[in-house]
Amino acid sequence: MSDLSKVRHEMLPDLPPPENTTGPIGWVRRHLFSSVTNTVLTLFTLYILYILLVPTIDWAFLKADWFGETRDACTSGGACWVFVTSRFSQFLYGFYPEDLTWRIDLAFILLAVQLAWLMIPKLPYKGIVSILVLFVYPIVAFYLLYGGSFGLDVVETHKWGGLSLTLVLAVIGIVAALPFGVLLALGRRSEMPIVKSFCVVYIELWRGVPLITVLFMASVMLPLFVPAEVTFDKLLRALIGIVMFQSAYMAEVVRGGLQAIPKGQYEAAQALGLNYWKMMGLVVLPQALKLMIPGIVNTFIALFKDTSLVLIIGLFDLLAIVQAGLTDPKWLGYSVEGYAFVALMFWIFCFGMSKYSQHLERHFHTGHGSR
Amino acid sequence: MSNTRQLDDTVMVEMRGVNKWYGQFHVLKDVNLKVRKGERIVICGPSGSGKSTTIRCINRLEEHQKGDIVVADTVLNNDLKNIETIRREVGMVFQHFNLFPHLTVLENCALAPIWVRKTPRAEAEEIAMKYLRRVRIEEQALKYPGQLSGGQQQRVAIARSLCMNPQVMLFDEPTSALDPEMIKEVLDVMIELAEEGMTMLCVTHEMGFAKTVADRVIFMDKGQIIEENVPDEFFNNPQSERTQAFLSQILNH
Repeated sequence: MSDLSKVRHEMLPDLPPPENTTGPIGWVRRHLFSSVTNTVLTLFTLYILYILLVPTIDWAFLKADWFGETRDACTSGGACWVFVTSRFSQFLYGFYPEDLTWRIDLAFILLAVQLAWLMIPKLPYKGIVSILVLFVYPIVAFYLLYGGSFGLDVVETHKWGGLSLTLVLAVIGIVAALPFGVLLALGRRSEMPIVKSFCVVYIELWRGVPLITVLFMASVMLPLFVPAEVTFDKLLRALIGIVMFQSAYMAEVVRGGLQAIPKGQYEAAQALGLNYWKMMGLVVLPQALKLMIPGIVNTFIALFKDTSLVLIIGLFDLLAIVQAGLTDPKWLGYSVEGYAFVALMFWIFCFGMSKYSQHLERHFHTGHGSR
Repeated sequence: MSNTRQLDDTVMVEMRGVNKWYGQFHVLKDVNLKVRKGERIVICGPSGSGKSTTIRCINRLEEHQKGDIVVADTVLNNDLKNIETIRREVGMVFQHFNLFPHLTVLENCALAPIWVRKTPRAEAEEIAMKYLRRVRIEEQALKYPGQLSGGQQQRVAIARSLCMNPQVMLFDEPTSALDPEMIKEVLDVMIELAEEGMTMLCVTHEMGFAKTVADRVIFMDKGQIIEENVPDEFFNNPQSERTQAFLSQILNH
């Protein structure tokens, strides 16, 4: 046998990794104290966190006053959450008659139950629940919130407000903007010149205008163009404005997703005899929507926060109603608590959407991208 | 050998004077081709010779600008109905498989029978399993394409086409994207399909496959058919200089 020949007859066994490289101590060592620079950065960050967090926790929790009727209840020098807790029901329901707020509760509980049903993977009858959410629930919710039938009193929309109005605007905006956005995106990629130009003009027009302008137009200009006896509800006008505006944004997100689908997918679908709508609905859009989840959720989050702009046309969403409360002379000087509360509420919903989108991305991951 | 087989006289695919341009570029020049029922045709030629474009014209993945194409007695024109009729009867297998990555293998196969042929789901899945068994991959039915090897994916793609019970199968370089050790499993499936009497048009560089299976070999260059013949004659006694040059390049390496 020559010196260059080497043969291994027995395979080496699997050994555990060396100590100190696994477990929490190994992690801290490798990630936080791996070098001098890293150690300095770690210690500096800890220091900054210390000087920021300690007073904040002190103010918001330890020294805070939580319950009472007036500002006199705030004596300990920390945050005065009394402002929020004493007006909590107004912040949630606006000027909705107090004895009828159960209708709002019921509407949102119904929605939450149905959404939870759809989001929990193991539950059966997803198809039926989807149909309920999309077609039956809107009618139920309309009569619950607005009334006018089934023995429910009418509650005019100018009495709506607070978090419930924010959610109404956001949910309707989100649910309506997505299908319109998909249609606009498909239209923009269409080979029919008229459809294509209409979609391009629509998208570019609405994207080029600030939402505030759209809302002003909807509330001030629109009534000038329709006969005096036709009156649109102010909330409805704002909603139409928001949906038209957001669908243009959504269309561009969807278009981005559509462009990422390889040509081979279209060809395979066509070669199997699927027509345009079946090809889009069964092959292209399911894949594109999966890619678009981060973009769609980003748009949803932007939309959710943009709803607070309706305060400039006199609708009292969560931000507007808290602001209105702050102008009450009895509560002058407690704006930090008010705005902190609004920020926290918005953050909870936006963070929830963000988390759910991450979950969806993992859920839809079906192995490495095959062609 | 195969080239002495008795064939039906029914014409399955006919191309008469087909011309195609990409902008100013003349890709297909006066292509004439008649494929009889049960006939197996292999099309070869250097890259850019228009061989893929030719078979892609047959199911309208590419549009031809001049000439006539008739597939299974349906004239291929701009009438969407005719295009859909033809696509139902013509199966196609692609170089890059083009399976739908968001669907399982079984769903990939059952999709078109359910939505195009309106077959009830249970029956469509039965058909799908039948063809998956035929390409020897039924145990992977519930996996996603991304979890399979290239050879397995291509066999699924063949099964997916067969589920539509097509009268003609088009193969567009079905083994070109495969690792060498996977080529045989795909060719074996194609050979079986040929033995069962399927009308096939294959664009391929697998000359062994052409020799054993093809009834006719067609050589294309610069958008035109240069030479066509039965495999024995084509390989042993090529007439055109271009064919000779091409064969010497691909056979002597």
